[in-house]
Amino acid sequence: MERTISFILNGQTATVKADDERMLLWVLRGDLGLTGTKFGCGEGMCGACTVLVETEAVRSCITPLSAVAGKRVLTIEGIGQTWLHAIQQRFLDHHAFQCGYCTPGMILSAYALLLKTPHPTREQIARHMEDNLCRCGAHVRILDAIQEAAGAAKAGA
Amino acid sequence: MAAGVSAAGGMKRRDFLGVAGAGLFVFFRADPAEAQEPARLPGRQSGPTDFNAYLRIGADGRVACLAGKVELGQGAMTELAVALAEELDVPMDTVDVVLGDTDLCPYDMGTFGSMCTPLLWPVVRKAGAEAKAVLVQMASERLNVPAGRLRVQSGTISELDRPSNAVTYGQLVEGKRIERHLANVPVKAAGFQVIGTSPRRKDGLDKVTGRAKYAGDILLPGLLHAAILRPPAHGATLKSADTAAAEKVDGVRVVRDGGMIAVLHERRDIAVAALARIQAEFEKPPAGPDDKTIFDHIQKTAPQPRVVGQSGDLAEGERLAASVIEETYLNSYVAHAPIETHTATAQIEDGKVTLWASTQAPFMVKNAVASALGLPADKVRVISRYVGGGFGGKTEADQGVEAARLAKIVGRPVQVVYSRQEEFFHDRFRPAAVMKIRAGVAGGKIVLWDGHVVGAGDREANPFYDIPHKRVASAGGWQGGNPPGMNPFNVGAWRAPSVNSNTFARESHIDLLAAKAGMDPLEFRLNNLTNARLRRVLETAARQFGWKAGRAPTGRGAGMACGMYSNACNATIAEVAVNRSTGGVEVKRVVMALDEGLVVNPDGMRQQAEGCVMMGLGYSLTEEVRFRNGEVLNPDFTGYPIPRFSWLPKIEVVLVDNPETPALGGGEPPIIAMGAALANAIFDAVGARLLQLPMTPERVKAALAKG
Repeated sequence: MERTISFILNGQTATVKADDERMLLWVLRGDLGLTGTKFGCGEGMCGACTVLVETEAVRSCITPLSAVAGKRVLTIEGIGQTWLHAIQQRFLDHHAFQCGYCTPGMILSAYALLLKTPHPTREQIARHMEDNLCRCGAHVRILDAIQEAAGAAKAGA
Repeated sequence: MAAGVSAAGGMKRRDFLGVAGAGLFVFFRADPAEAQEPARLPGRQSGPTDFNAYLRIGADGRVACLAGKVELGQGAMTELAVALAEELDVPMDTVDVVLGDTDLCPYDMGTFGSMCTPLLWPVVRKAGAEAKAVLVQMASERLNVPAGRLRVQSGTISELDRPSNAVTYGQLVEGKRIERHLANVPVKAAGFQVIGTSPRRKDGLDKVTGRAKYAGDILLPGLLHAAILRPPAHGATLKSADTAAAEKVDGVRVVRDGGMIAVLHERRDIAVAALARIQAEFEKPPAGPDDKTIFDHIQKTAPQPRVVGQSGDLAEGERLAASVIEETYLNSYVAHAPIETHTATAQIEDGKVTLWASTQAPFMVKNAVASALGLPADKVRVISRYVGGGFGGKTEADQGVEAARLAKIVGRPVQVVYSRQEEFFHDRFRPAAVMKIRAGVAGGKIVLWDGHVVGAGDREANPFYDIPHKRVASAGGWQGGNPPGMNPFNVGAWRAPSVNSNTFARESHIDLLAAKAGMDPLEFRLNNLTNARLRRVLETAARQFGWKAGRAPTGRGAGMACGMYSNACNATIAEVAVNRSTGGVEVKRVVMALDEGLVVNPDGMRQQAEGCVMMGLGYSLTEEVRFRNGEVLNPDFTGYPIPRFSWLPKIEVVLVDNPETPALGGGEPPIIAMGAALANAIFDAVGARLLQLPMTPERVKAALAKG
């Protein structure tokens, strides 16, 4: 159903007039021009489109617009644009990416994990990240980066 | 204007092009004619010899490096910046790398075959060395100081005794073309400042902030997204299509052009939803092979084999052999499955096409688009700045031609983004292959090798072991030339083409022979190998792993394999645990020793090796295209599982020191031995010999039952 929907996107109110059954990914990329959130499969199987809705990491390609009405949505564009967030900094330091296409989704998934579990074990990190796919094989570095970011957060860095 | 530079051809406003990304703006003259020189043969790797084609120095002293390679994630951007930073004596962070733009960058055949480091990198390095020598000469004249009394540091040339008498590169060149040339300027032989260090990746900030622009991130005013009608199976033909329901969707436009039916809309998801409303009828293709019958099929349909390696006399080898082992190895079709699907955005302005495309070969795509639209090549510009993974699967770019055709028809910019199903359907898979090997041993020595490869291609089919009597024949392969119908799909280059298949077969067979000879697999290999570089990686990997000599199966679950690719040497040792009841294989540890010649960027090399371990787990354990009568049955990440975090083994990469050998490509050699190392490790764990990739739980259980 076409209606006007507002939500808090990266801290600011966003209002779109659209069919509320359309998926958030395409509204972000097409209607709002935020291309940091990537399309990988459109079926919620790869995690490239991961964003936060409130404090949950969701697959924006299977999240209808109606589900975010009035809620807070965080995308890669809302993180560390002035100073890098600790997770981004550690991804950069560890070269925890190759092609970089899955990276925004990886960072958002990690962000959600550290919100709920500030000091995860390596096993908890791996389990949480399991459904975010990386074809280049940066996995070991991604785990290193998240683990170190969690340590940095603990130390208040 | 400084002596030695000129603004040849005059500079008009439109000659300046801004290249934006991560806040970097490089301004220089675009000279497409120069990018094309010298006269080149189609399909051949030949670029310009004038160093100006590869580098520009701005008035601010920033250095732009220009190259026709593409950043697929393999680190080309960083690698090429290292070459210029080293030879020009400038800091890495003053080098901006512009890749994959056919109007700005010198011609390049494509980014594949691990050729960037061995072939292009030395050219760019030489360009930097020559440019620096010219700049020193110009500074000598300007400062009135003999060149021998000048020093260069961070892009500033100063008098040794009077540092205030100085001039910067930027002041000398002022953003112009350097007209002076010097012959035979040597590159640095030693005393490297940047080579051999592990600098921060040039693409890092763009990628961790989401600012990196891939082909699908180019949003142009008036852009329409196209969803294209596809057949349900290869070989199916369209009988009829009723597009009325699709056309009723507000804002939709349906285009029929030749055999293509496309639905266009300003929003991709609406175009895709409207496409689903088309009532299409397809004529089914005739019955064809499936993923089980394919191996018989390709053997029946393969072209005449070619002999690709021969020595001695097979009959004599048979006579000498104390025992002979014959075995047949198989591997299925494997998909590239990059996370970014094939994507392109096309714009046509004033008769010129600009195409942003996820491709490994922008110059090839430029020609394909020009030919499809009937345009001269200089009316097409292809830009491939960031690509979300390639692995050999993005050398062609049909989606680019589709986007350009549609943009021409609708008169607006058009974007094509393949769905995941289209990606799996239109991929040029790694071919299914059959490798038959008959080999004999006597007294711990291989005396006979009779090999027949069908489908894979001939690279590394000819074994590098010391074998007096051998013959290797190959029929068909990834590079084409297969009879119609041999493969029910397109096949092509998949990371280290041919070599994953041939290494799997050869190194599995070597372990069978070792067992027959009653020898430890490492000892047996060394006993039959004089190649010093291969011996060294084997010994290095064994030492790092803590290899204990024994006759497989020892129950420890350790397996080794070695191989070569484009002159790089690899020895891989894996440790696995096998669940006998489920057939599941857990890979606990992978040790890899690599001889990559001079290592330009150790961390970059390790990234490639780690990535190859993960991707290698996929083709070895799970990845297999399932199909029947031209239809792909598992076109998603559930049906086609690729490696995940829980699969991650402990990875140890040792780069052996060999600076005497020129730098070799690193993107492919580390993946080649994974299949055999894991097969041999499974055998060592449970005594079951796996002869087919991928080694799925079902196949492991079947091999266990066979005992």
